[in-house]
Amino acid sequence: MILEVEDLRVEFPTRRGELTALDQVSFQIKEGEILGVVGESGAGKSITGLAVIGLLEPPGRIAGGEVRLEGRRIDNLPREEMRKVRGRKIGVVFQDPLTSLNPLYTVGQQLVETITTHLPLSRKEARDKAIALLKEVGIPGAEARLDHYPHQFSGGMRQRVVIALAIAAEPVLIIADEPTTALDVSIQAQIIALLKRLSAERGTAVMLITHDMGVIAETSHRVAVMYAGRIAEVGPVRDVIHAPRHPYTVGLMGSIPKISVERQRLAQIEGAMPRLNAIPPGCAFNPRCPKRFKRCLAERPDLMPAGSGAAACWLHAPAHA
Amino acid sequence: MPLLTLEGVSRDFDVSRPWLNRVIEGEPRRLLRAVDRVDLAVEQGETLALVGESGCGKSTVARLIVGLYAPSAGRIAFYGRRMQMIFQDPYASLNPRWRVRDIVAEPIRVLNMKTDLARRVAELLVQVGLSPDDGDKYPHEFSGGQRQRISIARALAGEPDLLVCDEPTSALDVSVQAQILNLMSELQRRLGLTYVFISHNLAVVSQVADRVGVMYLGRIVELGSTAALFTRPQHPYTRMLLDAVPDLGMTGKPRTPVGGEVPNPLDPPSGCAFHPRCPHANDRCRRERPTFAGAVACHAVEERRI
Repeated sequence: MILEVEDLRVEFPTRRGELTALDQVSFQIKEGEILGVVGESGAGKSITGLAVIGLLEPPGRIAGGEVRLEGRRIDNLPREEMRKVRGRKIGVVFQDPLTSLNPLYTVGQQLVETITTHLPLSRKEARDKAIALLKEVGIPGAEARLDHYPHQFSGGMRQRVVIALAIAAEPVLIIADEPTTALDVSIQAQIIALLKRLSAERGTAVMLITHDMGVIAETSHRVAVMYAGRIAEVGPVRDVIHAPRHPYTVGLMGSIPKISVERQRLAQIEGAMPRLNAIPPGCAFNPRCPKRFKRCLAERPDLMPAGSGAAACWLHAPAHA
Repeated sequence: MPLLTLEGVSRDFDVSRPWLNRVIEGEPRRLLRAVDRVDLAVEQGETLALVGESGCGKSTVARLIVGLYAPSAGRIAFYGRRMQMIFQDPYASLNPRWRVRDIVAEPIRVLNMKTDLARRVAELLVQVGLSPDDGDKYPHEFSGGQRQRISIARALAGEPDLLVCDEPTSALDVSVQAQILNLMSELQRRLGLTYVFISHNLAVVSQVADRVGVMYLGRIVELGSTAALFTRPQHPYTRMLLDAVPDLGMTGKPRTPVGGEVPNPLDPPSGCAFHPRCPHANDRCRRERPTFAGAVACHAVEERRI
């Protein structure tokens, strides 16, 4: 197993007490596997990614649980130690490529710096590797492009450069947070294909965080659906999309517009996701849930087996059936 | 009788460097043509959608229609009474210092409409699915979807017959997007509204539009009924766009990934603007700009090569 997250809990202290941003989040990603993490804004998907790489913004902190990379615990490492793990073992791709690239250095300088920091290569060898990386991520004219600055690249090409940087130290895990959200659909399709190819060829585990179920359907093997800081459902992508088990996933899938010639009313989930300081007792989804019953108002469901995956919903409790 | 017509409408933006730089460095003036000879007719009661990737000029067309930009060439005619616009960002388009009831009442006040103001505002809020008490609150007390409802109530306050919506749901989560799209089609049915709907999302467009225009580098390359466009797309760019939409059904149909990117609009390709990315381009496409024949502007379609 490359990444194991167990019972992860993240809290943000505020003047009015602790806000629990993540609670009881557990999942694993194995070699060459792409796990999609999907949810609406505020569901906690980005926080999960940041917690794994140890980049939670203070005062946010991990208040419980464990994160293990290749069997080694990394959530309690000292800052400096964690910085090395992050560069060497975990590659990161964020939504906006401009925030990940330094505008004052050429793309080549940034790649060479990353490579020589983490791998025992000379500058000359590192430069050759940088060219090979740019070729691998599909940047035409890689040799000439090495000496260009980030602003000289288009949005799609910039995201390719960021991906080249993320894989430069040959990490075992890539965390990609909304990597295609800022891109047009034709470019998005290119970047999705690239991520898939890299993961398959290099055996890299990928945690793909996005709000776009379409992107997940195209790339991921398994998907975790998050709601109000917890995992509502997790399972193989095909099953979650075609036969969702949690009423939230059912509503979410119904509300995604599909290309169709007949105009139809979209299924909608009434209301909105609760704020972190107002999560209702019982199941967090119960006020919006068309299938709620007495137990949902009082007791919070943990993930339980449902179909080929698991869902945090009392409908799947053995007693209920 | 159409409600709105655009004839040969173009819009140039001056992106030249400052005068002194131009004089010293001997640079010419540079114009960016954001919209290039667009013809459109919007019929009463329909939803006409414009789709395309960033920089294709679709938002500029919206702004030309409502008069936020003046056309550099061509003619825009509106045969209705009034039009309103709904913007993408519900955080930027509502004044944070105003109460919701003042925001919604502003068009009524500006237009000097004779009506019982308080009652009309309450009615508008109910119409978009909010409560009359919400009028006392400020925009920051609402979520993104609720804010977009406030924008819609404000747009309806002036009793428009045309609503120009520029990516009205792009900033919203998908479950909230469904609520707003459903609300918009309900209002259209009830009030007989006409929509010009700008979006980059083909799935959304297929759900809301009666007719769709596809834009590329400032030009409309294909225009047709939603049914025709989504079942029998003709222009190679339309086909490419449809192919690039992630396949949620996981049918595993093979996709032809399209290479290349939208060229720099400051230096558009000769002939057909799409020819550098088009698998069917020939010499004529590189030389001669295709004219809009029937539903599509494409030499290959016209010559029945595809």
